[in-house]
Order: sequence, then structure tokens, then C-alpha cells
Amino acid sequence: MTLDVAWSERWVRRSAEALSGARVELTELDRQIGDGDHGENMHRGFQAVLAKLDDGAERTQVGHVLKVVATTLMSSVGGASGPLYGTAFLRAAKVTERDDLDASSVVVMLEAALEGITTRGKATTGEKTMVDAWQPAVDAAARAAQDGADPVTVLQAAAAAADVGATATIPLVATKGRASYLGERSAGHEDPGARSTALLLGAALAAALTDEVPAA
Amino acid sequence: MTVGVVLVSHSVLLADGAAELAREMAPDVVVRCGAGDVDGGLGTSLERVQAALADTLGQVDDVVVLADLGSAVLTVETAFEVDESLVRRARLVSAPFVEGAVAAAVTAQQGAGLDAVAAAAEGAVASIGRPGPVLELVETSGTGGAAGTEIVGETVAVVRAPEPAPAGPVVPADGVIARVTVRNPLGLHARPAAVLARAVADLGVPVTVGGVDATSVLQLLALGATGGQELEITARGDRAEVAVAAVVGLIEGGFGEV
Repeated sequence: MTLDVAWSERWVRRSAEALSGARVELTELDRQIGDGDHGENMHRGFQAVLAKLDDGAERTQVGHVLKVVATTLMSSVGGASGPLYGTAFLRAAKVTERDDLDASSVVVMLEAALEGITTRGKATTGEKTMVDAWQPAVDAAARAAQDGADPVTVLQAAAAAADVGATATIPLVATKGRASYLGERSAGHEDPGARSTALLLGAALAAALTDEVPAA
Repeated sequence: MTVGVVLVSHSVLLADGAAELAREMAPDVVVRCGAGDVDGGLGTSLERVQAALADTLGQVDDVVVLADLGSAVLTVETAFEVDESLVRRARLVSAPFVEGAVAAAVTAQQGAGLDAVAAAAEGAVASIGRPGPVLELVETSGTGGAAGTEIVGETVAVVRAPEPAPAGPVVPADGVIARVTVRNPLGLHARPAAVLARAVADLGVPVTVGGVDATSVLQLLALGATGGQELEITARGDRAEVAVAAVVGLIEGGFGEV
């Protein structure tokens, strides 16, 4: 399957579907170690992106779609995840102004997104944040691309690593973000931002595996 | 050169309240809020922040931006990333939200440039978090009470010094010194301190009140000067005498409150 503009639109719709399904789970995770709004915020943000995509504007490149995601998330997601994911998609959009992505472009896109998040959030790995899902995803994607994998397989490696990375945040003690206010008590809960990252990358993979578009 | 202030907060109420306080002390300064999420609930919205920045920059040359919790900072930085031209005229400062907003606005009111307004906001951190003068809520009584006020049954905020204010500095050879008693029942509180700081800044003569720089509202507030307390006024330079007379006149006049 080609990772073209149609794929990127499916990615958005799959993300909206996944976040809608996980809003209770994410909100519950965030209630335990944050301020309890992550599920609602991400759900609301991606519903807003869907509305924007339905405006009929012509989009021919992957980056065009990702730019819409970026600006909409920045405006509609309250809390830190708006600017963090917004910047991630903005940086990703800048490096995907092309008709379709090959294996190395997938890696470049993920690297740009991670760089946006670390620039904005000043977080590094091991601090119980979304970086703990993004960093292994980027590393796994880079390894897969180096081994000659096709673009979809690169995405698969990234999505799988993000999922493992998110789960691995459970025992961590938060040292960045709102959860760090809890100190030791933040251990034992999965980081909601890392989980939503895993969901987004899982959606990117799902959109690459089938042409089907989920019902809005 | 004019500098405006943009307040970015998760809470519309919080930003509006800080803006109200800043405007009271600096009535000519453009103070705008980019607060709340898209619906005005708790959160931050890039659109609201961008609108506040655009509105302010439409009226002034430069803007100092203050933000409250982490994601408000992220939203401001994101606004700068989306429109890189903003960075030339807008500066996000690391400052306590309320004290920084007041210090920035008062400094901007005095006609200072971007660097000085930003420095005033960031310097405001020195006014909090250390032992010394503290802000207290005082229940007033009908009989005058400790602060000598005649307001009945209200709670007011006053700055109180746990210890007497330090003695004034040594007056240089070309200096002028005077002593004056604070007549305001609540002492040198926020409004009179702001009026005094503005007046001294307009004079353009170095003046100290109670040993602190009289152009600094926060330093004046930190004196914790109460009603009835005597303060030492010093000034130096060509117009020192005029300046001291003006300051003494203001304080003796009770800032229109007595």
C-alpha cells in the first residue's frame, strides 16, 4: 500500500476512531496521575480535525493533511497535549510535502515529530511522558528502514515499539509534566500521553493496512 | 517605544483579575488576555493567544508575555513557532504571574522599552517566596482597628512587615533628605505605591523611599509601610529638592484617600 495523501486522511479518521474509543480509558489514566482531561481533549481535538477535513479544500500531499491536524490540535486541545501534538504534526508536515512516503521518509517524519515534542516539552526518555513512546518508535522505524523494510513495515515497527514503550511507562516515576507533582505516587500507572501516542501510531499502521475508512 | 502586556492563563478569571490589577496601576498600558480553552473553560487555546498577541501588537511596538502553568507556556511557544515573525516583537518571560504582570505594566507605563519591561517582570520573583513583608488579610472593625481604618466589616489585603523597615541609606553630598508620615490608614498599599512610583519615574530624579528605589512598585510594597509610619525620603542631583518636595507632598496628601 502507498503512503499517500489518501493514507494520511485515513490515518486521521482511524485516529479519531481510536481516540473516541479510548477516551474513557485515557481520561481514567490521566485522572490517576494528571488532571483527568486527556481523553476528552484528544477526542475533541480529533473530532475538530475531522470537521476541518470535511471543508472540501483540496489536499494533494501528505504534509497538507498533517498541517491541518497540527493547527487544529493546537487550537482545540486544551492542556499540554495541544501544543505538544500540534508541534509534532507541524514538524512532521514540513518534512512530508510529497505525494507519498518511502521507508526513509516515514523515519524522517517520525523523527521530526519527536523533535517537535522534545523541543516544546523539554522531556527526554525515562521521565514518564509521551517521549517514552515516541523515542522507541523512532528507533525501531530507523532500524527497520535500515534493514530494507518497506514503508508499511517501517510503520508497523514504529507502532509496535510505541505500544511497548507506553506499557513500559507503568513502573516509572514521573519527573516531567503534571504527573511529576505526584512524585513516587505516579509509579504504577501508565502515562496517558504515551498511550495516546501508541494509539495514534497504531492508527497510522491500520490506515496503511486497509483502504477501509471507519464510519465517522 | 511602547510595550504592552499579554497574559496567558488556563483561567479566564485569573487572567482578567491579574489584568485588572495591572491596569489599575498602569492605566495607559495595553494589557490583553489570551486565556481559557476554545470555549472559555479551563485550558489554553492557540487561537486565543494569537488573537491577544495580534490585538496588542496592533497598538504597541513590543509585547511582554506572561504565562501561568506549563501548557500555557507551551501554547505561547507554539504561537511563536507558527509565526516566527512574532519573536522579534514579543518576549515570553519567566516570571510570577501576578507580581510579574504588575511589575511589567508599571514599568511599561513609565515608558520603558522591551528589555526593561521584561527585566522588571522577571525581577518580580524577588518579591515573593522569602521571609519578610507578607500579604495578610485583615478583618477590619468599626472601631478603627490596628490599621486605623474606618471601613466597617470588610476584609482587606495589606502588606505588613514583621520587622521595622530598615534605616535609609547614607545620603550623598549632593543629596536631600526629608521625613514624612504615611497618612493612608492602610499604609502604602498597591494603589498609592503605583501612583508614587509613576510620579517618581516622571520626575526623572533618583529618589529612595524608606531606603528602596521609589520607581519600583514592588519594592515600595515590600516596605510594608503602615499608616502612621514615618518614612525617609532621599534624592540627589540637580532637582533633588523639587523631587523630595513632590514625594513628600504626595505622601502627606494621602494619595486622595484621606
